[in-house]
Amino acid sequence: MIGAGKIKQYSNVLDKPLSKGKQEVSSSAFAFLFSELVQYNQTQVDNIAELERRLEDAGYAVGARVLELLCHRDKNGFTCETTFNMFYLDHVSIQEIASLMSSNCNFCCGIFDLLNFEANRETEGKLDCWVSCLLYTAQCGKCYFGKVADSLEKGTEHEDEYMISEKELLVNRFISIPKDMGTFNCGAFVAGIVRGVLDGAGFPAVVTAHFVPMEGQHRPRTTILIKFGEEVLRREARLEHGNFNDLVKAIIATPVDVKYTISFLHSSYDLSHE
Amino acid sequence: MAPVAPRSGDAIFASVEHVNAELFTLTYGAIVRQLLTDLEEVEEVNKQLDQMGYNIGVRLIDEFLAKSNVSRCVDFKETADVIAKIGFKMFLGVGASVTNWDADGTCCSIVLEDNPLVDFVELPDTCQGLYYCNILSGVVRGALEMVSMKTEVTWVRDMLRGDDAFELQVKLLKQVPEEYPYKDDE
Repeated sequence: MIGAGKIKQYSNVLDKPLSKGKQEVSSSAFAFLFSELVQYNQTQVDNIAELERRLEDAGYAVGARVLELLCHRDKNGFTCETTFNMFYLDHVSIQEIASLMSSNCNFCCGIFDLLNFEANRETEGKLDCWVSCLLYTAQCGKCYFGKVADSLEKGTEHEDEYMISEKELLVNRFISIPKDMGTFNCGAFVAGIVRGVLDGAGFPAVVTAHFVPMEGQHRPRTTILIKFGEEVLRREARLEHGNFNDLVKAIIATPVDVKYTISFLHSSYDLSHE
Repeated sequence: MAPVAPRSGDAIFASVEHVNAELFTLTYGAIVRQLLTDLEEVEEVNKQLDQMGYNIGVRLIDEFLAKSNVSRCVDFKETADVIAKIGFKMFLGVGASVTNWDADGTCCSIVLEDNPLVDFVELPDTCQGLYYCNILSGVVRGALEMVSMKTEVTWVRDMLRGDDAFELQVKLLKQVPEEYPYKDDE
């Protein structure tokens, strides 16, 4: 038939095979769309904080789906649960994780630097659990923003803070903030994506976007600040005592269907307190 | 200055910067979801999406003309071809074809070969009246209005509603004569 589309029809969206995620659209198409998102939300709010919150919400919805997509697409079953197991069971060395990840997600050297940096903090072959989620975030950054963030640092003042910095964040590229809008940063959308990803992976955090003026440069860079929730820190503290390991082993030893329920509910990790 | 030959849609798409289509898809999804939550009425959402598209179209035409070297089209037929072959390709990276011309050449259909907006999308029962891709029709309408063509753009076939293709009907309502000379001092 003349004019029939080339797209195959599926009765159910779930029957449709998952694309490889290599498709692209022009960056201006995205910029136009994003600007409409911002403009629409401007009409719905009466202050900047509210506007940022709405953008973050929109981003969160994207982030949650990004995580799911990446997990589904991963051939090695690189999901939240496997990361978790990888990091906490003794039989995986850092080298194995590193090679698995490099073959898997084409991580750039910047990420390995991070791994090395974090490796110093590990105890008995167990990596800091923060690394896993930061890797996730960085991986999302690579897939979705075309590159790994310019820098990823740990906060100096607080143990629980991490920062991702970008000279020119994709969403801020074509945007200049009018003076009367003060510290408003469209990066709130990206912060929302990061929060969505982290939340889904079981690392609830507060994520915010800030402009940081750079010396000698006309435009400030954008820093996404990740501050992990208290429960993540508490979990972390427990893990360092080693008790949690026994629990994980017990979980692994239970029948598969039971195991599934447990490993999907991140909050259930919290059951392990003494 | 000698006129520059128009560039093909593929060539332009290859030369511009890209972003991951999934980011685009999911961001659009987030917008639609926000609208559905805020406006509640599906009809209102359709309207708002169309308006957003119109806003985009009005601005997008500048970039289109700057990058494509397309000169004035002789008739509406050529315009439709340019939209399908160059416009869609240049921004979304998808091709489209023009069919179903009516007798006097003022109404045609643009059929998309692919549609990056609808990946992962299924309309729930409560949103059956939603034209999910209504933003695209708005874009076409807005862009054409900037080159003095008043059009009406509607979805005739929508795969999310069970049809077998994405088909946009573009109907030329009238050519607005350009006002010339422009009054600079106003």
